[in-house]
Amino acid sequence: MNKKNTESFWTSEGFMNFVSAILAIVAGLLIGFILLLVSDSANAAEGFSAILQGGFSSGMNGIGKTLYIATPIILTGLSVGFAFKTGLFNIGASGQFTAGAFVAIYIGVKWTGLGGAHWIVGLLAAVLIGAIFGLIPGLLKAYFNVNEVITCIMMNYIGMYATNLLIRKNIYDQVRNRTMAVKSTADVPSAGIGEFFGNSSANLGIVIAIIAVIVVYVVLNKTTFGYELKACGKNKEATKYAGINSKRDIVLSMVIAGALSGLGGALLYLSGSGKFIQVVDVIANEGFTGISVALLGMSNPIGVLFAGLFIAHITVGGGNMQLCGYPPEVVDIITASIIYCGALSLLIKLFINKVKMARKKGDK
Amino acid sequence: MEYVIEMNHITKKFGEFKANDDITLQVKKGEIHALLGENGAGKSTLMSVLFGLYQPEEGNIRIKGKEVKINSPIDANNLGIGMVHQHFKLVHNFTVLESIVLGHETTKGGVLKMEQARKKVLELSDKYDFKINPDAYVSDITVGMQQRVEILKMLYCDNEILIFDEPTAVLTPQEIDELMKIMKRLVEEGKSIIFITHKLNEIKQVADRCSVLRKGKYIGTINVAEATKEEMSEMMVGRKVNFVVEKSPFKPGEAVLEVKNMTMKGKHGTKNVVNDVSLTVHKGEILCVAGIDGNGQTDLVYGLTGLEPIDEGQIILNGKDITKDSIRKRSLAGMVHIPEDRHKHGLVLDYTLEENLVLQSYFKKQFQKHGFIRFGEVRKYANRLIEEFDIRSSKGPTSMARGMSGGNQQKAIIARELDRDPELVVAVQPVRGLDVGAIEYIHKQLVKQRDEGKAVLLISLELDEVMNVSDRIVVMYEGELVADVKPEEVTVQELGLYMAGTKKQDMHKGGKDGE
Repeated sequence: MNKKNTESFWTSEGFMNFVSAILAIVAGLLIGFILLLVSDSANAAEGFSAILQGGFSSGMNGIGKTLYIATPIILTGLSVGFAFKTGLFNIGASGQFTAGAFVAIYIGVKWTGLGGAHWIVGLLAAVLIGAIFGLIPGLLKAYFNVNEVITCIMMNYIGMYATNLLIRKNIYDQVRNRTMAVKSTADVPSAGIGEFFGNSSANLGIVIAIIAVIVVYVVLNKTTFGYELKACGKNKEATKYAGINSKRDIVLSMVIAGALSGLGGALLYLSGSGKFIQVVDVIANEGFTGISVALLGMSNPIGVLFAGLFIAHITVGGGNMQLCGYPPEVVDIITASIIYCGALSLLIKLFINKVKMARKKGDK
Repeated sequence: MEYVIEMNHITKKFGEFKANDDITLQVKKGEIHALLGENGAGKSTLMSVLFGLYQPEEGNIRIKGKEVKINSPIDANNLGIGMVHQHFKLVHNFTVLESIVLGHETTKGGVLKMEQARKKVLELSDKYDFKINPDAYVSDITVGMQQRVEILKMLYCDNEILIFDEPTAVLTPQEIDELMKIMKRLVEEGKSIIFITHKLNEIKQVADRCSVLRKGKYIGTINVAEATKEEMSEMMVGRKVNFVVEKSPFKPGEAVLEVKNMTMKGKHGTKNVVNDVSLTVHKGEILCVAGIDGNGQTDLVYGLTGLEPIDEGQIILNGKDITKDSIRKRSLAGMVHIPEDRHKHGLVLDYTLEENLVLQSYFKKQFQKHGFIRFGEVRKYANRLIEEFDIRSSKGPTSMARGMSGGNQQKAIIARELDRDPELVVAVQPVRGLDVGAIEYIHKQLVKQRDEGKAVLLISLELDEVMNVSDRIVVMYEGELVADVKPEEVTVQELGLYMAGTKKQDMHKGGKDGE
């Protein structure tokens, strides 16, 4: 009986996904190491160890840094992964993220009379505006069958330019070409977390992100709504046949995805970490990193949590690598190669299957 | 012995699973050799081995007495083996001639030389009495003609050994007769034919010998003339099969479904795909809509079940107008739908069996509380259906639907739909692609519903099914109903004429009974 249980664990879908994600990471890191060797072989070992150690190299403070960086990308990853489950590609996480970030900062700067509820109002407003940014592509997809990838990309530009415009008009710090600083009441409380992690920027945000992970997990796996959403993602025709209102589900799925990204934007900037939106014509990176996180985490909420932490980990490691004389871009290349291998994880899965088959044969 | 094909002791494994287990197939020159077996018996695997798509672990292949190694379909072609596929592989905007020479064009300096080809094609057509027009476009000719083009294509390449993969599935009875004649003519000319089918009538009619496979194993080869249908089906299934569907006497009750003047416009053309169709299904009645594939039956069902809106007309279920109701509403009002395409509509293939079994009822009180799924209840329910309907799968309720066999997938759909205590069952080709055992089972279930006083609307392309199961038959041709008959008052030949559109009843005067 016991043996049967362990066997079903080793052969379970989830475990296979986990193993192939780990193998993808290992393969990506190997490619990264080769890159380091090529660009500067003398410091390669040192640089590589910096990236592997990530935040751990600088103790609790480093870990706190990792948690802070992980928070927004866990949420954008969750956003993309959630939409994936419904069969939608939410490439608009960046726009939703930026819109949420702007509204949060705006409220943080302007609505000063809210006292203890200030940061909560900021977060809620960011969730709302993110949801609206998701709603538009959702409606267009559901009722007019407009491809969500195109509308989402357009929403990214709208989000970026509208934000830049509105910052200039309302909360512009002309000297530094960025947003003004928010009132300290608007910052998400540290709740002792920042202090625990060596006075880092980590705060309640990571807890909120983890709660979001749990909520999304429960919605997807335990509710009738999640059942409908996943069915819609796996076979839209069958959901129609079963009388499921797939139009409504598509819209809701995009709304929830948008809300998650918007929350991510607020959590990054309402942190008292000295982060500001720079007024530049660049689409927010966190949205695209979210796609990577969702891919690496196989769109599974728990997977997304760990993928987000891992990417934050090597991002911090990449920062440290600069001490060895490597440009931070190398880190981006390594991250990219990990994702690249992640996309090949299907191949890796097949390979594992083959090995297992061969082993089974050997047993008999 | 002058065997043209000998496949000796072929074993082909996929992992642990033996798809072919020591199978021997010996085909004599100039015979029609039927290959009979249920779905999953290993017929396709065996043919794939013959075509070099799979390499067997054990066994050897001899063609005309010489041992050969077939590594790819090209090798097979060079050995003179050709196949007419179930789904034709023709280019629709090519002419017949172009289709035939495709892949074997005669050229001179890079320029097509069609004259020789035309001569050869016409000769072949005359020789076998194909009556084809080489300049007609493939899209304009009938399905039966398209099949002849496929056959000509094989003859054009001088293939000696022809494999027909369930060739009659798409044909009318008249076309089937003609195909049988052609097959006989081909063997007279010295060709050899392997005829894959699970229709016993056709084997009786045309085949000389028949090899039977069951669950990957070779059961035996018999002379068709010496065996009865019952014996053959027993070899195939491994038990006695009842061909006659047993039904209690027909006692129709009040009308359950009334369709009045339903019209649906086509998506592209101006022609109506469903044109002014009126029909009534009563309690305790199985009404069968017969017809050749593509005459509007699919659209009729889409309109009935709400998958597509209808343009004109009225649908009444138990006295209530449901013309504008949503799919969910119709389903809750007691209309269940066994869909034509079980992979497209019937199942979420990447959901487990239990998840699929609650696809139509997951939102009911029984299975959810405040929006949370009651997994224990779902499991209990799934286990009950699995037992009651004998749905077989590797891991029971947690098996992925994708990994289940076609017959068991269909059983799962039927279990889910019939267990909802329906008023009206709309079953579209419920036994398509299934073997005799499963067909018998599914027909029994439909008849059980009827005997319990439910109304059943059966859409079928198989005349055996139409004649055996139904209480009343309407025939659909080009979107219209052209006949309304009782199975005991009509012959298969007559039905064939209705289906082909050569005979019509005046539907607006008489012919509608039970009203």
